[in-house]
Amino acid sequence: MPDPVLSLRSLDAHYGDFQALFGIDMDISEGEVVAIIGANGAGKTTLLRSIAGLLKNEAAQVTYQGGSIGALRADQVAHKGIALVPEGRQLFPSLSVEENLLIGAQTGRAGPWSLDKVYTLFPILKERKDQASTTLSGGQQQMVAIGRALMANPDLILFDEISLGLAPVIIKSIYDALPSIVGDGMTAMIVEQDISKAMSVSSRVYCLQEGRVSLTGATNTISRDDITRAYFGVEA
Amino acid sequence: MDWISAIVQGTLLGGLYALFAAGLSLIFGVMRLVNIAHGDLIVLAAYMGLSTTVMLGIHPFVALLIVMPVMAGIGYVLQRGILNRTLGDDILPPLLVTFGLSVILQNALLEAYSADPQKMNAGVIETASVPVGGLTLGVLPLLTFGIAVAVIAGLQFIFYRTSLGRAFRATSDNSDIAQLMGLNKTHVFGMAMALALAVTAIAGILLGIRTSFDPSVGGARLIFGFEAVIIGGLGNLWGTLAGGVILGVAQTIGAKIDPGWQLLAGHIAFLVVLAIRPQGLFPRVSH
Repeated sequence: MPDPVLSLRSLDAHYGDFQALFGIDMDISEGEVVAIIGANGAGKTTLLRSIAGLLKNEAAQVTYQGGSIGALRADQVAHKGIALVPEGRQLFPSLSVEENLLIGAQTGRAGPWSLDKVYTLFPILKERKDQASTTLSGGQQQMVAIGRALMANPDLILFDEISLGLAPVIIKSIYDALPSIVGDGMTAMIVEQDISKAMSVSSRVYCLQEGRVSLTGATNTISRDDITRAYFGVEA
Repeated sequence: MDWISAIVQGTLLGGLYALFAAGLSLIFGVMRLVNIAHGDLIVLAAYMGLSTTVMLGIHPFVALLIVMPVMAGIGYVLQRGILNRTLGDDILPPLLVTFGLSVILQNALLEAYSADPQKMNAGVIETASVPVGGLTLGVLPLLTFGIAVAVIAGLQFIFYRTSLGRAFRATSDNSDIAQLMGLNKTHVFGMAMALALAVTAIAGILLGIRTSFDPSVGGARLIFGFEAVIIGGLGNLWGTLAGGVILGVAQTIGAKIDPGWQLLAGHIAFLVVLAIRPQGLFPRVSH
């Protein structure tokens, strides 16, 4: 197995007195698509926010491409090549669709993704480029959020609940687009409530339960029963 | 004719008020910071202009080439060194700290320059006038108004047409997500304060040419700036110019009725707008 691109070692996370993650260990290899599943409140979003630098950690708890990044600010982590598609899209309401995409390229990292390439992936965004991002439908907003993250030309992209609150047909079209996004050798971590969707695009899965890893393994070796146990912590 | 003259003079005066207000509006828009020391920073810029013109023997407008970058530098350091630490969910710390800064600035200026009123000498331009359609308009007020329009247009351009402005708006919308885009919030806020104080430099120099000033006049400039921002509507720079003009016209009309009513009339106009349209006349379109 090649050196992991991202390693988490005994990662804890706290919100004030509340501890959300307990000693998480993970190794993600380059080009892997890893699904993170778990019930509400299991710590999935906290995990992604910790990796992206929105929550402070000890430097050595997060290692990325051989460097300790746990103590870096989110903007420094972004410059290292990690992008987060946040839960609930979180577009900038004061910016047009195109400006939302352009600000994704703020880090100035070189790579395959450009405005044209994002518009090729999601043609509808080109038609809507001058509109305020808030006037788009939920699915289109999710396309902008994904495009915005891609514009940074990340090596590692984190997707947080990209299907949340979207119609099934929209979810399908977004998941249909995923292979062409991660096909370029980009490493991806996908947090998803819809377990079968998550399993269908990933090669490996981590299940979180109350802030701890309760199950991990290759997607094709894990049974439904294993997941149910790991998900709810009860015998199915 | 006298009344028309009063309205036109008030409009031109409004340009100066808009310059007082533009920096306040910008800072509040980007980082929700109410800068109580803004008026004193305008006076600081005026004194800096005075020292520069006296020491180097240059025209006040040339002194802008020095005062603007110095004020911008002060703004950046002030923001990153002090004000960024006060920003958070609680709105009280920035108010208290900038109030303290205001007291410090006034006393430092008093130590350095004494309480004697001073004035900058801009030469013939101060008294020059041009006849316009039966009115006689001062060149300096016309120039001030022109500069105000240019400054507002320039800020508008920066906000909506440059990557710096995009960073301002994104950070203002959601600073966490802006950080994810690689924007260092403390740097973005530093740049906003630098830009605001560069505008303050222009306002301070024009103030110092127009009237005499002493270390205590900052408070009134702050009030005029606040009133222009509120009348115009928060977050709208052209509205701020309109607010300045309304305030200026109210003052000159008040003074026309009775010289003692100048300031009162401005405050009344402000209160009337606040009572009828608390969100201001031209608030930024809400999303």
